[in-house]
Amino acid sequence: MVAGLLSISLMVLDHRYNTLESLRSALSVVLYPVQYLASLPASLGESASDAFTSRSELEAERDRLHDENLELRGRLQKFEALEAENMRLRGLLDSSFKVGDRVQIAELIAVEQDPFRQVVLINKGKSSGLFEGQPVLDANAVVGQVTHINPLSASVLLITDATHALPVQVQRNGLRTIALGTGLINQLELPHLPNNADIRVGDLLTTSGLGGRFPPGYPVAQVVEVRREPGRPFASVIAETSAHLDRLREVLLVWTLQPTPVEPDAPVDEHQTESPSPDTEEPSE
Amino acid sequence: MIAAAPPGRSYVIYLSLLVGFLLTIMPMPEWAQSYRPQWVALILIYWCMALPERVGVGVGFTTGLLLDVLSGTLLGQHALGLSVIAFLALKLHLRVRVMPLRQQVFSIFILLLVERLLALWSTGAAGYPTPSLLYWVTPVVSMLLWPWTYLTLRNVRRRFHVN
Repeated sequence: MVAGLLSISLMVLDHRYNTLESLRSALSVVLYPVQYLASLPASLGESASDAFTSRSELEAERDRLHDENLELRGRLQKFEALEAENMRLRGLLDSSFKVGDRVQIAELIAVEQDPFRQVVLINKGKSSGLFEGQPVLDANAVVGQVTHINPLSASVLLITDATHALPVQVQRNGLRTIALGTGLINQLELPHLPNNADIRVGDLLTTSGLGGRFPPGYPVAQVVEVRREPGRPFASVIAETSAHLDRLREVLLVWTLQPTPVEPDAPVDEHQTESPSPDTEEPSE
Repeated sequence: MIAAAPPGRSYVIYLSLLVGFLLTIMPMPEWAQSYRPQWVALILIYWCMALPERVGVGVGFTTGLLLDVLSGTLLGQHALGLSVIAFLALKLHLRVRVMPLRQQVFSIFILLLVERLLALWSTGAAGYPTPSLLYWVTPVVSMLLWPWTYLTLRNVRRRFHVN
């Protein structure tokens, strides 16, 4: 059948080459109303619950946020001092260094994608300047990376998708390895660690920045299980993501700024990181 | 069949497919996600059986392509499955239409299984890992929903005189 051949060739084209991105994004604009309609009940429920929260609850929340803000500001002061010191030391060492990532908040569109893949849709697209492979974080940790960009939305591949691999390192001792997604929500596996590797339950994994796609130093996951079987060459290590991937509502999109000579006024939001080189081949997407 | 040449009211068909899209991407609780029925396939099969001269492989292909974009799968994955389903439904419609509903369910099950299998092959060929056995629950759920879909859509069709 013609349709069968056509769809098979479409699949091959889509999988091997990126020529169909424009077709996909054009169709996605046409279908945006459908997505909007489907997410309407969820967002209506949300705004209704916002509208009916009581005054006392709002006040309590305000107080809590106020306290949190104070605490964070206190921490930030120390942070800035450390950052300045770090810059100075790096200057002494003559190594390239750049502080500051630009961050933008995006909301999840409440629609389902393929249930057997860990992909979510966010409400920012090409018009907000997203790029493919852009790192996505939440308040706690790394969430995933942008894979398809449409004019009004973008899809984000979560780090737990079975096709995703993320270079990480153990924060305690700098041991580098690669964390693979398992396809189960909130679970990663580290298959390439030898039996005698120094890794324990409770170790925090952070991005190593080696793939070049994610800025280094962001928390990723915590090791929850280490099984060493003497007969096998590799230990089986399971880690749980620090981001609550099943309860996401908002995510942060990160632009790592290119290394340039020191800028006096950095952009609005700042995190401390080095900038990796933009070219990469890290995820097996 | 050409008597139905001034067909009109195709919008009912497209609206029902749109409802299928909505049901497919509607958020559901985590546990229920793997049991989500193949709504679009069910609706497409109904129209192929009811109006084989108007809904066919072409509609199946287009619907599948749109579904691919909506659900973020490989472009062409659903298009392949739904065109094949539409083709089979066109071939079988004379036989299946006269069966009692209870018996129809099993023919529909086979069609839905074919769609699932084709999707599995294409994702497998693209290098995605094999999903868990829950993957095969979907056709069963959809099969159980067939009588309901059939009666609802038949009422809709008669109400709006789509023929």
